[in-house]
Formats: sequence, C-alpha cells, structure tokens
Amino acid sequence: MHPEPAASRAVPSTSELFGWGRTAPTGADVRRPTSPIELQRALPTSFERGLIARGLGRSYGDAAQNAGGTVIETTDVGAFTIHESDPTSDTVLVTADAGASIDRLLHALVPQGLFVPVTPGTRYVTVGGAIAADIHGKNHHLKGSWCNHVESLHLQLADGSVVEVGPDRDPELFWATAGGMGLTGVILDATFRCPRIGSSQLLVDTDRAADLDAVCELMRSGDHLYDYSVAWIDLMATGKNMGRSVLTRGRFASASEAAPKIGADPYAYKANELVSAPPFMPAGLLNNLSIRAFNELWFRKAPVERRDEIQSIPTFFHPLDMVRGWNRIYGPTGFLQWQFVIPFDATSTLTTIVDEISRSGCTSFLAVLKSFGEGNLGPLSFPAGGWTLALDIPAGISGLGPLLDRLDDLVVGVGGRIYLAKDSRVRPELLPEMYPRLNEWREVRERVDPNRRMMSDLARRLGL
Amino acid sequence: MRDALGSVQSVLVLGGNSEIALAIVDRLVSSRCTKVVLGVRSPASAASSLNRLRSAGVDADTVVFDALDPASHVQAIDSAAERIGDLDMVILAFGVLGEQSDFNVNPIAAAEAARVNFVGAVSSGLAAAAKLRTQGHGTILAITSVAGVRARADNFVYGSTKAGMDAFAQGLGDSLIGSGARCVVVRPGFVHTRMTEGMKPAPFATTPDKIADAVINGLQKNKELIWAPPILSIVFTILRHLPRPLWRKISAG
Repeated sequence: MHPEPAASRAVPSTSELFGWGRTAPTGADVRRPTSPIELQRALPTSFERGLIARGLGRSYGDAAQNAGGTVIETTDVGAFTIHESDPTSDTVLVTADAGASIDRLLHALVPQGLFVPVTPGTRYVTVGGAIAADIHGKNHHLKGSWCNHVESLHLQLADGSVVEVGPDRDPELFWATAGGMGLTGVILDATFRCPRIGSSQLLVDTDRAADLDAVCELMRSGDHLYDYSVAWIDLMATGKNMGRSVLTRGRFASASEAAPKIGADPYAYKANELVSAPPFMPAGLLNNLSIRAFNELWFRKAPVERRDEIQSIPTFFHPLDMVRGWNRIYGPTGFLQWQFVIPFDATSTLTTIVDEISRSGCTSFLAVLKSFGEGNLGPLSFPAGGWTLALDIPAGISGLGPLLDRLDDLVVGVGGRIYLAKDSRVRPELLPEMYPRLNEWREVRERVDPNRRMMSDLARRLGL
Repeated sequence: MRDALGSVQSVLVLGGNSEIALAIVDRLVSSRCTKVVLGVRSPASAASSLNRLRSAGVDADTVVFDALDPASHVQAIDSAAERIGDLDMVILAFGVLGEQSDFNVNPIAAAEAARVNFVGAVSSGLAAAAKLRTQGHGTILAITSVAGVRARADNFVYGSTKAGMDAFAQGLGDSLIGSGARCVVVRPGFVHTRMTEGMKPAPFATTPDKIADAVINGLQKNKELIWAPPILSIVFTILRHLPRPLWRKISAG
C-alpha cells in the first residue's frame, strides 16, 4: 500500500518510518514530491520539528526519520542525464536528481559501458543518500568514497534558497554535505563522474582464509592488485578458526574475457529480485544455532582458492538484493548494524574486537571486513585509512548494549570511529572523539541553518 | 530519542516515589538516560531520589502531579517537557493498594482508590499520549498488575482498578499505532515494596529490581506487554481459564 503523494494531500498525515534495521520507528508528516519543482516547494511552512530528506531508507538506524516533523521522500524525483563525452576520457559525467537510485542508474549506465563510481552492498540507494552518507564500496582502497567523484551538487538550504556547491565552489559547505547526513540542506541533484567498464562482468579471485591474521595478510599484500576487494568474515567461529574469512577480489572483465560467459553483447545487464522475504517472520528464527550452521556451510562451500571466475554485477556487488526485504528475516525486534574503522596500526585491536564478538556468542551472520584507503575532506565522512568491519546483529540479544559500548571504547581508544549511516545506539558523548572535526562541521551548519531547521532522529539522539 | 536497543534519553515518572519506577529509572540512567523528571504530589517527598540522581550526573527535577486532580496532569506533562524537552518515556507508576476489608465498609475510600488508579491513569495517559503524538515518538509505560487479570475476593477493588487501567492502556497502545508513539503495559506480580509491607507474599513474589530488569529486557525486545517476572505470563494464562469455583479456592489461598 503506497501513501498518496503528499503534494495532492491537503491535510498532512502522519506516517511511521524506520530505518533498514526496523528498530525505533517514529511518526512524521511524510511528503512525496513527484518533480524537481515540487521537491523545491516541499519545504514546510512550519519548522517546529524540522525537516529531513529521505531516499530508499537503507540507513540502518534513524538517520532518515524525523519524529513529529517533516520527511521529504525524494524517490519519485529520479531523472538523470548521461552527458556527452570525449570517447578517450576515463570517465563520463552524469547529472542525477537526488532520488535517482543506483539500481536505475545501472540499468542505463551498464549497457553504455559505464558504471557508478562507488556502489555499496545494495543498489537500492539514492544519489542523495549516497552523498549524505558519503557511501563507500569495495573499491574504497583505490577510489575513495562517493563524494570523491562528485563535481557539483545543488542544495536547498533551510531558508529555501538553492546553492550550487562542489569541491571548488564553497568547498566547506560541499564537504560538510558529504557525509553530513542530510543536515546541511536538501540535496536536489548532483553531477558525478562515472567510470567506463569493458563489460558487464567481473573477473573474480576467491581466497579462503583460515583465520583473521591470514585474511588481513592477504589484503595487505594483494589488495592493490584488485579494483574491488572485500572479505566475508565468520564472527561466530572461535578458537583457531576465529576470524576465518572468504576474500573475494576482482576487476571488470574486458569484452573478450567476458565473451565466453555472456556472448555477443558485452554490456548485457540483468538485475532482478529473485525472491521476497515473507512479510511476517517469527521472532528468533535467526538464532545462535541456525546462524552457526549457515556460517559453517557458507565457509565450507567457498573454494580454498579460485582464480578468474566470471561473475555478474549483481552477484559480485549486490548479492543481498536478490532477496527483497531481507531485513524482515530478523523478525519484529529488528536488528542493527555496527560498523567501525580503525587505523591499520591498530590491528591488535581488530583482533581483540573480533575475539570479543565471537566469544560473546553474539549471533551475526553477515559480517564484512575491508581495508579502506585514505579518507576525504568531509568532517563527518566515515571512511579513513584502516580496517573497517561491519556486522549485523539481532537487536533483542541480551547484553548487546553493554557489549557494543565496550567495543565502541576500544574503537575510540585507537582513534577509530563508527559509521553514522549504520548507527542506532552509540553514546552521543563519543562523537567528538570519533569525529574530531565535528566542530568545523557545526560551524558550517551554523552558517547555513542557524535555526536547526534540518533535523532528524539521528541528529536529536546524538545531539549533532 | 529511543535507540535500537530500547534505551531512552529522557523520562517522566508520574508517581515519582514508586519503588518499581525508580528501579526502572536507575537502569535507564545507567544506559543512555540523562534527564529525569519525577511527578509527585509534594516535591519534598522526592528530595532524596532527586539528590541520588543528581549526584550520578543526571539532570533531574520534580513537577507537581496529583493523580486525583486531572487538571494537574496536562500541566505536569507540559512543565516536564518545558524542563527537559522531548519526553522519550512517560511511566504511569502511581497507584494505591488499600485494604479490601476497609473498602468493604468504606465505599467512599474504595471510590477514591478507583479515582487514583483508574481515573488518574485515564486522564494522565491521554495527556501523555497527546504530547507524544505531537513529538512523533515516545513510550508510555503503564504499570498495571496481575491482580487485574482476574479479580479475587480479597483485593477486587484494587484488582478491578488495575483491570480498568490495563484495558485502557492496551486500547491506548492500539490507538497510537502509526503515530510513532506507543504504550507498553507492564504487569508485575507480587512485589516486595512499602505498598505490600506486612502482606503475605503471593507465589513468584519478587523485588522492584527484578521487575525493572524484566522491563528493560522487554523494552529491548520491543514487547507491547511485559509480564514481570516473565513466568507469570504462563501462570496467568492458566489461572485466567480456571473454572470460577476452583479459582475461588486457589485465590483464597
């Protein structure tokens, strides 16, 4: 059931929204503009409880909800243009409305031999969300995060005015918007550079690593040889198996390399959702035993070492997108994701954290380990050089709060941070330590939104 | 704001001297809660609780709340919100137990107990709900009692007031669906407190701390109804369906 577009709704009505983790929903006046003009006119007349823009709702926590205020869903404003370019240039400029999803972009880009500069583990994110969270993907170690590839963007400020910003035009505001969680204004559209690809297929190498040290060593020694790299790590394995992982790395195949798999059209692209998670799931379906069994199976079915396997874009980048609404498998209590980054020289802390999680018996079957390249200039942008680990955990596990609080302390202790787009529970007082340039960001926000009209539950909870 | 694990950052307790509520507040404070307002008839009565909270670094204060005076309810909620901002949680913790034998000969006292326990819950619950709706979030935690699940001869006045409150709170919770706000019902069994001092404990008797642990656990698991201790959910599922002659015999204990 879709709500009526807000533009045709005389009386604002309240809808409950939550993040991808399905925890802590709140009510807001949700507006759904259907054109760029409507989007610009969607600012409310009263800002008592503020406004936040929302894309496809893939932030795990409360970043794209605004209790008692206004939420503007941008997903019906999703047009984009692929600009003409010199065929010899490595990249092509694309201008897209904030609500354009990577999914829709890929359907247009890939057949033309282009890809998005960065893709997270799901293609159901919008361009606006990609900027607001400064998203990263498997190529961060070489290419950085999304905003590294943005030339310019249009931002509607809280006073209704529209400004164009970029790395060379009001860079302070541009970088405050990169990872700024939508709190500097409503992103209307953006122009970014998209790389050319040789085919729609990837050449993938897989390595099974027996433990944490082994996978870290593999990444340290070989990641620079691959455009894309990520490891799936079994956080329920203990003892000598602690941190065992399956590392997959690859690059786009050339047309000739891809030909045996897909035939004449090197850019054939199909990305469908295969199945849907049932709408209601009993609590406790994912328990210690079922997840342990799943992880065991998944580790054993991975090859010890495989080279040059041809994989499609959805298989390599977006495996979870094959199951629509997979977040429902965690049942009514929902789940959360905890993702941190710590410097490379804090590898022993990484070991301590993995050890603590695996010994806690915390059920987690989706955990991802990656080595990041250097971060960018965004004061609230998450990525920074080091190890990043992301794990999903059912929210109902007893003792989870104190465990994660302890682990946050370990992260902060070595100069690390957690990812705001994933957060739903961190202690607010840790933010200035995690993001030492928070005050710089606040100064920019003070300039463009002195009355705090841009507001989200995340901003309220963390006192941003 | 409430976080993914059920922790809140601010709380208003109506009935701010309730031992159960204060045990819950202690746990909230040890997690994310930094702002507490205690609604009490006389602020002096909460002085020691206030001092204890403040010395733990909590921004704590009192507002005047009298369960018998519905006019004070909106006022208490508004001044609490003025004092600490958004109310992430409002605990309805006031109530009187009374002696059934007194009530039997003093219907006026019984009526007053009903006004505190039931009428007070209705007006304060609705006042809190209106506030939370405007905020678009917040939890009303309504502390009822297993005594309301099935009335018994030796405390049916209390039991029926709590039954009324329980039904009210469930309906309130349903009416809040879609608003971002919600109402969670807590049904404690026999709890050793000042209220029950000198009484013969019922089976599964417990302490305010145990109740508070069950509540925190229930909040993390996103429950709409929290039995405390949890075993009472099973016990009362059975007791509720006993034939009346048998129930009379058992409940007369």
